[in-house]
Order: sequence, then C-alpha cells, then structure tokens
Amino acid sequence: MPILAPLLQYFISGLTNGAIYALIALGFGIIFNTTTIINFAQGEFVMLGAMCAISIYHLAPSLPLAFLGGVIIVSLVGLAFERLALRPVVAASPLTLIIITVGAGVFLKGVAMLLWGKESYTLPPFSGEAPLHLGTATILPQNLWVLGLTLVLVLALEAFFRLTLMGKAMRACAYNLRAARLVGIAASRMVQLSFALSALLGAGAGILIAPLTLGVYDMGTMLGLKGFAAAIIGGLGSLLGGVLGGLLLGLAESFTSGLISSGYRDAVAFLLLLVVLFLRPRGLLGGRQ
Amino acid sequence: MRTKTWLVGWTLAMAVLILAPGCGQGSKSKPYLIGGIFSITGPQSYLGEPERHSMEMVAEEINAKGGLNGHPLKLVIYDDEGDVTKARLDAEKLLQKDRALAIIGPSLTPTSMTVLEITQKAKVPLISCAAAASITSPAQERAWVFKTAQTDQMAVSRIYQYCQKQGIARVAILTMSTGFGVAGQEQLLSQAARYGIEVLAQEVFGEKDTDMSPQLTKIRGTAAQAVICWGTGPAPALVARNLKQLGLTLPLIQSHGAASKKFIELAGEGAEGVIMPAGKLAIYQQLPDSDPQKAVCQEYAEKYRARFKAPESSFGGYAYDAQRMLDQALEKAGRDQAKIREALEGTKNFAGVSGVFNMSPEDHNGLAAAAFVMVKIEKGQFTLID
Amino acid sequence: MNFARPWNRWVLFALVALAIAAGLDNEYYFTLLNFIGIHTLLVVGLNLLLGYAGQISLGHAAFFGLGAYTSGILTATCGVSPWLALPAGLVLSGSAAFLIGVPALKLRGYYLAMATLGFGIIVSIILNQAQPLTGGPSGLSGIPPLNLAGFPLNTARRLYPLIWLAVGVILALSANLVDSRAGRALRALHDSEAAAASLGVDTARLKLKIFIWSALYASLAGSLYAHSLNFIAPASFGFMFSIKLVAMVVVGGMASIWGSLLGAGVLTVLPEVLTAFHDFEMVIFGAILMVVMIFLPRGLVRGLLDLREFRRYKRKESYIP
Repeated sequence: MPILAPLLQYFISGLTNGAIYALIALGFGIIFNTTTIINFAQGEFVMLGAMCAISIYHLAPSLPLAFLGGVIIVSLVGLAFERLALRPVVAASPLTLIIITVGAGVFLKGVAMLLWGKESYTLPPFSGEAPLHLGTATILPQNLWVLGLTLVLVLALEAFFRLTLMGKAMRACAYNLRAARLVGIAASRMVQLSFALSALLGAGAGILIAPLTLGVYDMGTMLGLKGFAAAIIGGLGSLLGGVLGGLLLGLAESFTSGLISSGYRDAVAFLLLLVVLFLRPRGLLGGRQ
Repeated sequence: MRTKTWLVGWTLAMAVLILAPGCGQGSKSKPYLIGGIFSITGPQSYLGEPERHSMEMVAEEINAKGGLNGHPLKLVIYDDEGDVTKARLDAEKLLQKDRALAIIGPSLTPTSMTVLEITQKAKVPLISCAAAASITSPAQERAWVFKTAQTDQMAVSRIYQYCQKQGIARVAILTMSTGFGVAGQEQLLSQAARYGIEVLAQEVFGEKDTDMSPQLTKIRGTAAQAVICWGTGPAPALVARNLKQLGLTLPLIQSHGAASKKFIELAGEGAEGVIMPAGKLAIYQQLPDSDPQKAVCQEYAEKYRARFKAPESSFGGYAYDAQRMLDQALEKAGRDQAKIREALEGTKNFAGVSGVFNMSPEDHNGLAAAAFVMVKIEKGQFTLID
Repeated sequence: MNFARPWNRWVLFALVALAIAAGLDNEYYFTLLNFIGIHTLLVVGLNLLLGYAGQISLGHAAFFGLGAYTSGILTATCGVSPWLALPAGLVLSGSAAFLIGVPALKLRGYYLAMATLGFGIIVSIILNQAQPLTGGPSGLSGIPPLNLAGFPLNTARRLYPLIWLAVGVILALSANLVDSRAGRALRALHDSEAAAASLGVDTARLKLKIFIWSALYASLAGSLYAHSLNFIAPASFGFMFSIKLVAMVVVGGMASIWGSLLGAGVLTVLPEVLTAFHDFEMVIFGAILMVVMIFLPRGLVRGLLDLREFRRYKRKESYIP
C-alpha cells in the first residue's frame, strides 16, 4: 500500500520523538506537582545528563556507568539548584521564580559551553544500530529504549504519586504548602526530592536520546521549550497528561513535516500550545488550575 | 531628586564605559592594524574559531619574520556571535575606534551583508569568508568587498556535473533553513534545468533539528535517484544517519559544508558512501605533486594541527587565504587603502587552500568550479573521485 | 533647579543628550548610543508590564521583529514611505498583542508568559521560513533610511537625535502613566490583585492596556532599528533576545522608568567592553538574572542602594520608586 507506507513511518517517527518530549514533560510535571513552579531550566537538565554521560563514556567506555554517573551528577545539580537558587529567594512571587529558572537555564547552558565547547558529541546506542523493520517502516532499537522507558517511568511515577505516602505528601505540598506543613509533612524535604527526581528524569532522557540526536551544549533549549509545551497541552497537573501531550506533539510534528511543510515543523509545538492555552487552559487531562 | 541622581549617574557610567576603552588609541602607530569579525561563539562557532585561529597563525608567522615592509601586523578580532547587530557594531568599532586598514570576515552571509554596507561607504577593503554570491555581486556595488570562500554557485555546478556523468537525472533536495542552506537551495533550483536535472522534492530542515526522517520518508515516496543535502554543522550528519537508519539506498550528496572530519565522526556509519564537493584541503595527500595547491594545503594542515592541536578545516582555510592575500597586497601597497584594494583586485594565480585565485574587477571571488573536487567517503576517509 | 518638578527632569535629560551629541565625534559611539536608545524603548515597555502589571512577556522580541519587518518589507519591497510603514507596524503589533492578551490575561498566573513564549517562537520561525516575504534566514537588505523632508538620516550621528527624542517622549509618556490614576491602579494591581479588584480596578483591562502599550513601544523600536541598520535578519528576533530584554529590566529595576534606561545601557555596553569575556556572556547573563531576582528583586542598582540604606537607616518599606 504505497500511500500508507510513509504514513506508518511518520507515525513511528512521531511516536519516538514524542516519547522524548513526554519524558521532558514528566520532569516539568513533577516539580509543578510539588511546588507549582515551572522549571524553565528543565531542558538544561536533559542536556547536562547527555553531556556528563558522554564525558564519562570517553573516560571509561561503559554505557551503564555513563548512564548512572550522568544521572547521579545531574540529580545533584538539581538539588544544588533548589538549594542555591530557589530556597533563598526573598520575594517569591511566580514572576520572580520564572525569571530565576529562566536565568538558571541560561547559566547552565553557558557553563556547559565553557566545559564542553560548541562541538557535538556522539554516544553509542544502547543495543546496536541495526534498524528493525515494521512492514515498510523502520524503528531503531534506541527508539524502543526511549518508548519503553517512558512507559515504565510513567507507570512508576503515577503509582508513586497516587499510592505511596511520600508521593501523596509531595502532592499535598503543591495544593497548600502551609497546610501540608501543619499536618507534619517536611515540605522542604519534599521540594528537594521533587527537584532531584525531576533532574534525574531529565538526565535520563538526555542520555537516552544522545545516541539519536548527538550531545551539544545547546540541545536543551528547544527540547525544554517543546517539553514544556507538551506538559501544558497535556495538562500540568497530570503526569499521564504530560506523556499524552508529548506523544501528541511528536505525532503532530511528524505529520506536519511529512504532509504539509517541513519548514514550519518547530512551530507546531507552539501553535498547539497557544491553541490549548486559549481554548482549554488546563490542558487535555489537567484537573486543577 | 532621585531622577537627577539617576541621570547624572547614568551619564557618568556610560561615559566611563564607552570612552575608557577608547583612550589611548592612536591611529598613527607603527603596526598594520587588520580587523577580523568572526562568529567565534554562537551556533556557527565551528566556522569562526578555525577562522580566527588561522588568521592569528599567519600573523604570528609574519611577525616572527619581521613583519611586512618592516611593520608588524596587529590583529584586532571581534566576535559577532552570529548576530547581525553585533556584527554591525563590531564593524563600526573596527572602522572608527581601531582604524583598521582592512577587515577579514565575517563568517556568515547575513553578517557579511550588514558589514559590507558600512565598509563600502567607508572605503575599507573587506574580505569575507562567507559563501553567498550576493556578497561580491553586483560588482559595481561591491568595489571594496572580496571573498575567499567558494561560491555556492560553483559547488552546485560541480555536483550537477557529477550527476550528469553518473546518469542521475532526478533528484530530491533537502536544505537547511539558514543563509547557507537557502542560498544552496536557490542555486540547486536555478541551475537544474541547465544540466537536465529534475528536482522532484524540496524539503527543508532546521539548524538544530535532530530527526529528519519525515522529510526523508517523503523523499522516498518520489522517484528521485539521489538526495542532495545542503547544510553545515551537525544536522547534515544526522541526515546521513537517518538515511541509513531508514534503509534508504539512494546516494547522498552533501554540500561542501560537510567536507570536514567532524562530519564523518558525527555521521558514523551513515557517512560511508556520501559524496560531496570539497576544497582540495580535504584530500591534499591524494593530489599529484604537480598541483599548485598541494603544497599550500599541506603546509596549512600541518601547521594548524601542530599549533592548535585540532584538525584543520576548510573554513579556517578561508581566513588563511584571506590573510595571506591581504599580506601580499599590504606588501605592495602599504597603508594606502585604495592601493590595497587595487592590489587585491589584481591578485592572479594565487594558490590558496580554497582554490587558485584570479581576481578581476568583475570577479572579487576569483575562483572557478575547478576549486572543487568531488570526494567520496570510503572507510571513514575522504577519497578523491573526480 | 528643583528636580522634584517633572519638567525639569526632562530639561536635564535633553541637555545631557545634546551635550553628548555635540561632544562626540565618532560614528561608533553614536551607533552604540542609538542601540542603547532602541533597547531602552524595548525595556521600558517590558518594565511597565513586569514591574507594574506583574506580568511577564517571554517573547517580546516578536513585537520588535514585527515592527522591524513591517517597516522593512513595506519600505524595501513595496517602496512605501518609512513614515507610513512605521504606524503600520504599530497597528500590526498592537493587534497581535490584543489578540494574545485578551484570552491570556483573563486567566491568572503564568498564562501570559506561556502565550508570549509560544507567540515569540512562532513569529521567529515565520520570519525565517517565509522567504519570499521576509528574505528568509539571509535577511532583508536594502531598507532605506528615514528621511526628514529630503534630509536622509543615513548615519548614526543623524539618527541619534531622532532616536533619543523618541526615547525621551516614551519615557515621559510612561512616567506620566505611572503617576496618573491608571498608574496608581497599576501599582495597586501589582501588590494584590484581589485588593485591587475589590477597589473597583478593572484588572484584566488594565493589564491588557499595558501589554498593548509595551508591544507598541517594541514595534517602534523595531522600525527604528530597521532603518538604522538598513538590514535585518531573523536571528536578531529570537528567544535569546527576549531573555536579554528581561535581563535588562531586571538589572535596571522592575517598576522603574529610569531604571530601564540604566538596564538597557549597561547590558548593551557591557558586552562591547568585555570583549575578552565573550565566552562568558551566557554565564554572566544567567547569573545576573538569578542573583538579582533572588537577592535584589527590585533590581540591581536599586537593590544595592537599598542595601546601603539599610545599613545606615531603618529600612523604609517603600514600594514606590
């Protein structure tokens, strides 16, 4: 079926890119769920994860080590960010916090440029490069890793937030910080945890995609912005929504590029963002304001 | 009361910031002051950095030998960060503050276009390292502007000549949404008919894009016999990868923007079999000794590698050629800018890294399609095929 | 001279501007000053929005770009007079701001930030892609200079009076707005939206008004920019520039009209002066944004002055500049 053949490939490319956006959207969602802050530096966590893993791999060519190392380092960065950049804020209005996280993103990007230069770097894929064939379409093993891990993480996180005490405590903090404290939740601990978790997720996403997209100091900016758009589209309060938003975004981009125009592909994310903001601000699955 | 403090304070602060660096700038000092504007930081830093390094390398050599006509060379190089506003400011600075005799750069087409507006007005020679033909044409309006980078026009001619020889008559083009890519797209479309080539698909991708499989999938659906990709930086390497990953067996022809070792490194297995036009620097070892460019390329490559511990690049070569050509002109003309311009215009048979230059009043680039050779990547190395 | 009286400030401002014009001889300095002026126009608008309406625009470069490209396209491609193209740009930017502002400002919280973010990126993509109209990534060249009755403003020195006249007018307009009834309502808004609403202030309408004004200032700046450089390229109107503008507001001090001048001035000149530190520019910008917002939320200079005051006197809880 010659007409359908490219459609299947668009679908697969869309899903695989969408999974990347979904992972990043999850990062946004976790911090938002605990603190109602939007962390515009999330994209840079992704970038740092990829770059750290690449550096570690250059020193010791072991992928598991690189993955672990990258994830741990960036989680620490996330904790440091919370402690140094957000905790001491004197007048914590949403505006102030937005500007701080935006500034942090730029800062981290600048640091990355100093550390790694402007070159692009490769990371070997986790299980080989041989593409798999699904009919006339192809998918890479690395794409399967991304899809698989996204699924696993979403389920794990949903379970965490809904079923475990700690997860519920984190959500309580987002609803009402004072009330949460009153019932004995160590709010600051929860906030720290959310940042560490979010950074961990971002780093993991970065390491997963580096074999596909190459690691470079400015890879985080667009990814962060699109991941953010995905989170909004799906609904900030809902993790499942973030994933849905991400997948939808990936598919929309892929089909737009294939069927309409490849030049306006990047605009799709932000067009959808505007549409959602104006028609249904809480997003597809978002419950709360 | 506050406002007065603000205003006075601001004026003083501005005065200090603006004037302080300008103090003590004499324009009658002995050295020949040459300006450089490159995209040293920013997304196109892979152009600007080697260009800056090459310029510095040449100046160091000259100064070690005692300078030109006894005058040392002094370089003042600014970073335009790939930004048009900054490039303009940098050019103004070089002309007004530093009083540069001539300027080499910028690295990109848009920045070159804005800089040449004022260098033309100020009657200061400019040697650009950017690719677009519109930098040096129409010739009447570009009397003071030269360029050392090969024109996209020639690259496309070379590619289409090769296609003709290989019997490829239907192509799909995939171009980057940057100045370089758009210029390439224009050339690919306008020259196609002349070589009997039909362009069946015109796709684009962004500089920072990481997945071009939708575009390639669309191309796969056409009857194209080859894919021509036009871009610089990491994205074309990803195109090569995506092509291989999708299982497309079409030959991939890249632009000369991909003629670097970095491309081979980033494209990994996708690099095998990719064809592109390249300056002779890419394969100088495979040139016959009788080729006038072989010695120059070898010297440049070895010196650059030794000095900067990094692989040589053809982009750096543009600045290398520009500086050497300028040095030749300075030797003849001294400080007289009109004479420098004339000397540059009269450059003949100048063997550079980018080609053999033959400037003339109508052609301020001085290169022909022969500046390019066709190369193929085999087993991770560039191999001369045409 | 009693500088508490408003018009005396403006006389001083004009005198300083004229003194600079007479004293300097160098095109480069005039070019720099012109850019400072253009950036000030951008920053004042953003400052009004951020400082007085408590809203943020993360895509302000888009309005700058709309003004620049409207002027550029109409004058270079269609041969329209620059003096007609400029208002056309204002209309376009104002309309865009209205269309975005109405839905976004009805909701509380970050929505304007997100909407302007999206809008900003979409505009920069369109500028890059719509080649036949905008010239694409290689930019639009051949933009004619502004013309004053046959006298072309084609050097930085000639443009200087026009640009700084515009700056003066805009600063005066903004100061007037701040001191007026609407302005006081604005400040009330920033402190507490609920309180302001209970006092009968139409918050959404006020916010929209400020947003549109800020877009108009940006569009004006864009048109002036296009006619100064005679060449514009999409890369100058992207996300990073929007962030730089926010940094300028932050340095100068939010809710400070004259602070806008300071912020624009410092952050335009600093990269020129610190040429050796180009690699550190991003790190410095990011650090400024973070450090100032964390410790000195009223702006860099105001914050430092406050610290000094605090050490000497009891801290005055004055929120008004």
